[in-house]
Amino acid sequence: MVSQNKHIHAIPGPDDIHRVELENGIIVLARENFTSPSVVMEGRISGGALLEPAEKAGLANFHSAMLMRGTARHTFDQLFEEIESIGASLDIDSGGHTCSFGSKSLAEDLPTMLQLLSETLRQPTFPAEHIEKERGEIMTSLQMRAHDTRRMAALTFSELAYPDHPYGSSVKGYLETVAGITREDIVNFQTNLGPRGAIIVVVGAFKAQEAISLVEKTLGDWVNPAQASRPEAPPVSRITDVRYKFVPIPGKSQADIVMGYPGPARSAPDFQAARVANSILGQFGLMGRLGDAVREDQGLAYYSYSQLDGGFGPGPWKIMAGVNPENIERAVETIRQEIGRMVREPVTAEELADNKSFFKGQLVISLETNEGVAGSILNMEQHQLGLDYLRNYAAMIDALTADDLQAAAARYLDPDAYALAVAGPERDV
Amino acid sequence: MGTNGILKTRLKNGLTVLIKETHNAPVATFWVWYRVGSRNEIPGITGASHWVEHMQFKGTPTYPASALDKLISREGGAWNAFTFIDWTAYFEVMPADKIELGIDLEADRMANSAFDPEEVDSERTVIISERSGSENSPAWLLYEEMLGAAFRVHPYRTEVVGELIDLQTMTRDDLYNHYRRYYAPGNAVAVLVGDVDAGQALKDIEERFGEISGGEAIPEVVRPEPPQYGERRVTVNREGQTAYIMVAYRGYEIKHPDFFALAVADSILAGATSFNFMSTAETSNHTSRLYKALVETELAAGMSGGLTATIDPYLYTISATVRDGRTCREVEDAIHAETDRMAQGDISEQEFAKARKQAKALFAYDSESVSSQGFWLGFAETLVGDYEWFDTFLDKLMAVTLDDVKRVSADVFQSNKRIVGWYVPTGNGTQQGGE
Repeated sequence: MVSQNKHIHAIPGPDDIHRVELENGIIVLARENFTSPSVVMEGRISGGALLEPAEKAGLANFHSAMLMRGTARHTFDQLFEEIESIGASLDIDSGGHTCSFGSKSLAEDLPTMLQLLSETLRQPTFPAEHIEKERGEIMTSLQMRAHDTRRMAALTFSELAYPDHPYGSSVKGYLETVAGITREDIVNFQTNLGPRGAIIVVVGAFKAQEAISLVEKTLGDWVNPAQASRPEAPPVSRITDVRYKFVPIPGKSQADIVMGYPGPARSAPDFQAARVANSILGQFGLMGRLGDAVREDQGLAYYSYSQLDGGFGPGPWKIMAGVNPENIERAVETIRQEIGRMVREPVTAEELADNKSFFKGQLVISLETNEGVAGSILNMEQHQLGLDYLRNYAAMIDALTADDLQAAAARYLDPDAYALAVAGPERDV
Repeated sequence: MGTNGILKTRLKNGLTVLIKETHNAPVATFWVWYRVGSRNEIPGITGASHWVEHMQFKGTPTYPASALDKLISREGGAWNAFTFIDWTAYFEVMPADKIELGIDLEADRMANSAFDPEEVDSERTVIISERSGSENSPAWLLYEEMLGAAFRVHPYRTEVVGELIDLQTMTRDDLYNHYRRYYAPGNAVAVLVGDVDAGQALKDIEERFGEISGGEAIPEVVRPEPPQYGERRVTVNREGQTAYIMVAYRGYEIKHPDFFALAVADSILAGATSFNFMSTAETSNHTSRLYKALVETELAAGMSGGLTATIDPYLYTISATVRDGRTCREVEDAIHAETDRMAQGDISEQEFAKARKQAKALFAYDSESVSSQGFWLGFAETLVGDYEWFDTFLDKLMAVTLDDVKRVSADVFQSNKRIVGWYVPTGNGTQQGGE
């Protein structure tokens, strides 16, 4: 079957991504797509859990939730009435290094959404009554986490892999810390937010120049000399022993396993090699070698896969599996064997070729939607990959060798030294 | 060629084919839908449809399992499947010039899956593990009990994954017979959407599917659910600290003339949502009545409404997570107060107008990606027997009047036709969060 169009512009690049840095430091990127009537906005701004003290774990997350609880111009009810009555969405979330936001609406409503975004970021009022509403929701969610095997395995893994490091602490916080967060803490945290280095990406049925002007009109007068710079994560040392913890959660039928290591930052020179190695280990096809060994060959688990985060700092490279409590040891042993193979042997020529082809084809599919394009542009900007990154992507993937992948695997993975967290029904171990 | 550039035809063996060209991006999606799901299962083989779906990834003589999972990925494609109560669907999303591979694989596994006994056994533990994972979720456990209470006779009483005892005892032949009976062109719909030439695509589909035998007529096994007289209640006491509540009412089947009026009522009560499984469309529900009555009042930490488009009448559900320190009883009373208001016709023009606007926006978002369009077309053709249900979706929604919504609310929200479920956790050895 022959493709009808040439789609010369299928892959965004410097000639069709409009990029402007406003005087106050906001970087605006816009790309047009008039094939549907919607527009997507995504961005990042200063903030993030790395700015909070350990005894206030969960503060950044609490603060970002409060941004949507009322502004100088809109109460909580009015704000959501505006958003929901036009079938739009606006989300603000806190990660470790930044505060992120996203919005989707019909194109005609972009001015409204930008206005509301501006208000929530610049003029939140943090009504006391809503602080308690939000606190209760967070506390209930933390109690749910305590009885959720997947979430507890993930949380415990982070604590094991990142002792005395901010990545070892939960972004959502803990019952004890969230209970102690005051309105004053939240008001003070607001000082961290500011325009310098903020990124806003607009993709959809809107003229790029007009989108940029609109952002400038709405957010161009924002100044905050006191704003925070993006926090850096301290380096983390390689794991040299087995760190294991079992979290008993009574009444559960299945155990969840999270096993892994601190991995490469997005800026690490071997990030792409590690990414392709990760695909071979636990992504490609029905979840890579792990899927074959744990699920297909032995029928041990419903799911088994690996994941590489690669953000601003040394995020985790980890393996997840859900197994019958009786099969925990067998599953861990199988995972260790597969990690050993990645470290000791080069991947086969066939695996390498298959995975290169996978990454290149996947790019085309991920760029079909406005969300996909906006996410890619944001990624390019925040990690300073260059606007021609996607156009050069295929060549970059093609240049990787089996040796590169093995070296990356050996740098981060080790079958005999790892963090392992298991959460499930009580049992003899 | 029909309206909106959709080509619809039926092959001699009974396979319905829908093709839509879109040239916005160099991608395409191929779907095959089967009219089979847990609705078609009887006690002893509950979960068969879902297990068959798993076995469809285990290989054929042409494409052994070891090769199968790599073929699509090698081209950068993604594939997956859904088993639902009424239907099972398989799909690939590929760079458009590679979509032939999806057509080839789907045609092959419509007729030639091996169901190797060893693979069946290995998959048995995987499926039991999948069920165990679901059982870890309190909300899932409560829902399973709700279904059992709501459906005494109809197969909708069982979760799609099936009962544990059946998963332990079902044989390879049980599964293979289920596969042979339902996986036939006459019981299937093939959908292609994307950057292709429709004429050429049809030729490819005819070439690959045309030789497959049409299959025998499938007897209807479904027994309708008798009417409900009086409220039904279930309680689950298990470990945990958080209480959950669910209230269900009898809904309408997708072909019911008032289905869309119920969708508008759901939007007013619990917030606007999409029926599309591939949907990325969303808006929050913070201006819905139930959010205001449950979450803003600090009774619940979150809530949602659930309207499902089904062949037979199913349930309209309201779910809430009880906030720490509050009780199921308090949340239940607040839910009933809101459904009573709806039933009494206390609905404003303003709320009604908002629901319409939201539906328009969500529908626009849902028509963006090829996979989302593939879902809609196959879904409409499989459930309603006519893809135009999708084409005229907005017309039908816009034809609903405020009086329709009031009438339907009075019909649906009747206290003697509801099922109420409480999940009361037994944290620290005592039950809490119930009364």
